[in-house]
Amino acid sequence: MPNRALLLKILSAALLFGAWEIAGRIPVSFAFPTFLESMSALFRMIGDGSLLIAYLETLQPLVVGVVISAVLGIGIGLWVGLSRTFDWLFSPIFIVMQAAPLAALIPLLVLAYGIGLTSKVLVVCIMAMPVIVLNTSSAVRNTPESMKEMARSYLASEWEVILKVVVPAASPVIFAGLRLGVSAGFIGAILAELKITPTGVGDIITFSRSIADYPAMYAAIFSIILLAVLFLNLLEAIETALFKGNQRGYVSD
Amino acid sequence: MDMSQTKTPVQPVDAAPDSAVSTRNISKTYGAVEALRDLSLEFPRGQLTSLLGPSGCGKTTLLKIIAGLLEPTSGTVEVNGKTVTGPGPDRAFVFQDFALLPWATVLRNAAFGLEMRGVARAEREDRAAHYIKEVGLSGFENAYPHELSGGMRQRVGLARALAVDAQVLLMDEPFSAVDEQTRRKFQEDLLNLVRNENKTFIFVTHSIEEAVYVSDQIAILLPRPSRVSEIIRPTGFRGKGVDNIRRDPEYLDIVDEIWASLRSYVE
Repeated sequence: MPNRALLLKILSAALLFGAWEIAGRIPVSFAFPTFLESMSALFRMIGDGSLLIAYLETLQPLVVGVVISAVLGIGIGLWVGLSRTFDWLFSPIFIVMQAAPLAALIPLLVLAYGIGLTSKVLVVCIMAMPVIVLNTSSAVRNTPESMKEMARSYLASEWEVILKVVVPAASPVIFAGLRLGVSAGFIGAILAELKITPTGVGDIITFSRSIADYPAMYAAIFSIILLAVLFLNLLEAIETALFKGNQRGYVSD
Repeated sequence: MDMSQTKTPVQPVDAAPDSAVSTRNISKTYGAVEALRDLSLEFPRGQLTSLLGPSGCGKTTLLKIIAGLLEPTSGTVEVNGKTVTGPGPDRAFVFQDFALLPWATVLRNAAFGLEMRGVARAEREDRAAHYIKEVGLSGFENAYPHELSGGMRQRVGLARALAVDAQVLLMDEPFSAVDEQTRRKFQEDLLNLVRNENKTFIFVTHSIEEAVYVSDQIAILLPRPSRVSEIIRPTGFRGKGVDNIRRDPEYLDIVDEIWASLRSYVE
């Protein structure tokens, strides 16, 4: 079975890249390079170290923002999910945050926090946090009542109920929120670099476009997608390791 | 939370009908809905008492009040003479939907009660493994609940309840979610358990046959508001062996009699 899954993944990647290659060769637009051109640009940038330097820059707001969003988001989500009062207080904020047209708000952030790391971290957080908070809180609210009753009847304290039942029971949906949040964080990091100051990967994209080096531009975009996919797989591996039985626990029940 | 729990010796009986659990004038209202009204009932020590009644008669509510999971609007529950204010180590609960933790192995699920009591890991796993064997699940210690059948899951729920060695076992329609053959096996096993474990069982069911088959005492509850309409104590067929109960004239008479009194309450 795992072999089949791997095979399907490879097949779907081959299809996508094949379509890309064909679209580039037609070409659909003179600004759209082929897959192979983009890959050679990617390896060139990896080779001369420019991509590494760019990522050192880009990863700062990304990692800081994602970590803040994950820790704070899960914390607030638990709190909101466990208490009606905080639900009323906080949920509207995050719903507004999620719906806000971020690109239009960036000038405001820059006005308030300048063009440095703070603004970029904020952009990542605004992108990543709402979905983490909202997923966590709804997962917590939907903990099966009988599981909580079970824990209480076996003398669990309120804290033990939260740590040993509510959090693990909510973990599949919390992790789903984390995955969505992290992907949104990647978008946020690049958006910040495109809209605030061109640094890191955002700079490669902006600069390559300005000198019409489209293979390099697409290589940079491709690399960020690749990194996001790798990171999401890592997250999945962590989830599997932490809550093994959860994988199919709810599906088959 | 010190639970170096050795087997508590059975207290010598002074008064003749010794009750492990007594409910006194229990009332429970949810808003305007009156679930229980002034319900008093005695649960004899070492015996199995069934709460039997049509759905909506408040039998599960009563069980959860005894468990300390719900608070009665008025009235008191006493377990071994002590008033119940919440869940306690003297009671263990078996749930209708098993309430197993899907991310935990059978062993961890069975040890959950001991874990909450602060029993050290090695010891609680030892004890849990013992009861997993007792309920016939050895070999499945490291399986996850989703890998088990419904009947096996409830065996885990039973092992969890037995592992904490509470004197009172509260069972909320424990066999209603398993198939008929498994249920029959469970019922036979339950009779052996009552005989061997020297615990007090309180058993909620909506099945008349099941109640008559397993009970030393049956309390028939009627709905809206709930009250005990009748207490029946089958005596004649208990010693005749599990295979003969269902053919016993007394068994059949009691089943008929209960149906006659419940019939008018079933829509």
